[in-house]
Amino acid sequence: MLNGQPIAVQETGEKMLVELYRRYAGDYPKFFKMDTLCRLGFVAAELLLKGESVDAVVMANRSASIKNDTDYMATITDGNYYPSPALFVYTLPNIVTGEIAIRHHIQGETSFYILDSYEELEPIVKSQMADCTSPAAILAGWCECNGKNEFYAKLQIIWNN
Amino acid sequence: MVYCLGHSIISPLGEGSQANVEAIRAGRSGLKLHTDRFLDVEPFCASLFDEPQDFVPLCVRSAEMALGQLPAGIGDKKETIFILSTTKGDNLDLLTPANKIARHFGNPNRPIVVSNACTSGVCAQITAKRLLEAGLYNYAVVVGCDIQSRFIVSGFQSFKALSPEPCLPFSPERRGLNLGEAAATIVYSNQPHEGWRLEAGAIHNDANHISAPSRTGEGSFLCLRDVLTGVTPADIDLLGVHGTATLYNDAMETIAIERAGLQRVPISALKPYYGHTMGAAGVVETIIGMLLLNKGTFIKMLSGFGGVNAAIRLKCE
Repeated sequence: MLNGQPIAVQETGEKMLVELYRRYAGDYPKFFKMDTLCRLGFVAAELLLKGESVDAVVMANRSASIKNDTDYMATITDGNYYPSPALFVYTLPNIVTGEIAIRHHIQGETSFYILDSYEELEPIVKSQMADCTSPAAILAGWCECNGKNEFYAKLQIIWNN
Repeated sequence: MVYCLGHSIISPLGEGSQANVEAIRAGRSGLKLHTDRFLDVEPFCASLFDEPQDFVPLCVRSAEMALGQLPAGIGDKKETIFILSTTKGDNLDLLTPANKIARHFGNPNRPIVVSNACTSGVCAQITAKRLLEAGLYNYAVVVGCDIQSRFIVSGFQSFKALSPEPCLPFSPERRGLNLGEAAATIVYSNQPHEGWRLEAGAIHNDANHISAPSRTGEGSFLCLRDVLTGVTPADIDLLGVHGTATLYNDAMETIAIERAGLQRVPISALKPYYGHTMGAAGVVETIIGMLLLNKGTFIKMLSGFGGVNAAIRLKCE
């Protein structure tokens, strides 16, 4: 969905993220290096930031970087120990906010919170807005990934006036 | 502005903030070579507890120690929020341990977990400041903790980021970082209180690379510029750097410090005592900065994966 309107897609799961990337971005090969959580946040931000700019990125979820943590764990199993630096770098949830900051040249705040529900993010973002160094527009929302085909993102742009 | 009411550190250097700062003054370090702590992992130098610790009891003990210095009945109040700073939590679970910690104190609010890589401990203090200033709560218990695991050590080894010897921040001979574990707590309030207060905080992204710092120290410089608003470099008595002792981090911080005009300010780099305690680092290093100075103005800065940087300014008259 974008601004309340459904977006037509052919694929499902992770393939859907690639489909959306090809349709709405397509010029950023680094996308294919990203883990699913980052691909999800990246695509959602692409959709929302067409013609809009923001000063900060604040996201939350319940399970941090669990999908990629699990993938990394598979490279350090007993008797098969080949730790992957390419996977390890994505074992932090805030990497998605960094990927979006790089893509959209956002040098303001990037923050990631682990919360029980989306509603709990609201007072955090509101108090950030009220802070004296607060930015004018924040890309804020939920970005959760529990598996290759199991994810959910809900982002919005919040302005402080 | 928010006021520091109490604090604690539990680390391989000792139990309690005072024991920790005394250990540092005596030149003791928690760093040791570990050869058989985790299966398959190559020998590494780190500051680890002698006995492996469980995440939740360690956090609870640290928070109890900090709250124990205050009038009874703050932890269980509706006007108190628990904020946990961690990167890997309890065996990759971050939310469940936060709930357990808050529940242990009978706190009715849902806790907040800040997971902003190595900057988490400073970011959690900034989140506390904002929530308290907005009047949403009157007290915030900021707990920073990470314990080391096969997961983390193997990952940093795969990055070739670990020094085989005790780390040497800002030295031309520096060869990388050491990992460490600790739990630390600071209790803040929006009610005026004697002693240290948190006056300013800022978070900025380099928007440059997810695992390498900006060559121009962009995000760190912007953080320092923001927290210097209303004061001058001459007002700063101590700058607590991140000082991981990796080649790129310390070079980046040097550039940011110079750009911010802080090159004449004494710095403290605590990783040779604690290693990099990840989610605890920002809380531990803020407390030690306050105790080393006793009074004055202190800036604590951190940088981390995801290109994120953070800084806070504290003052005590």
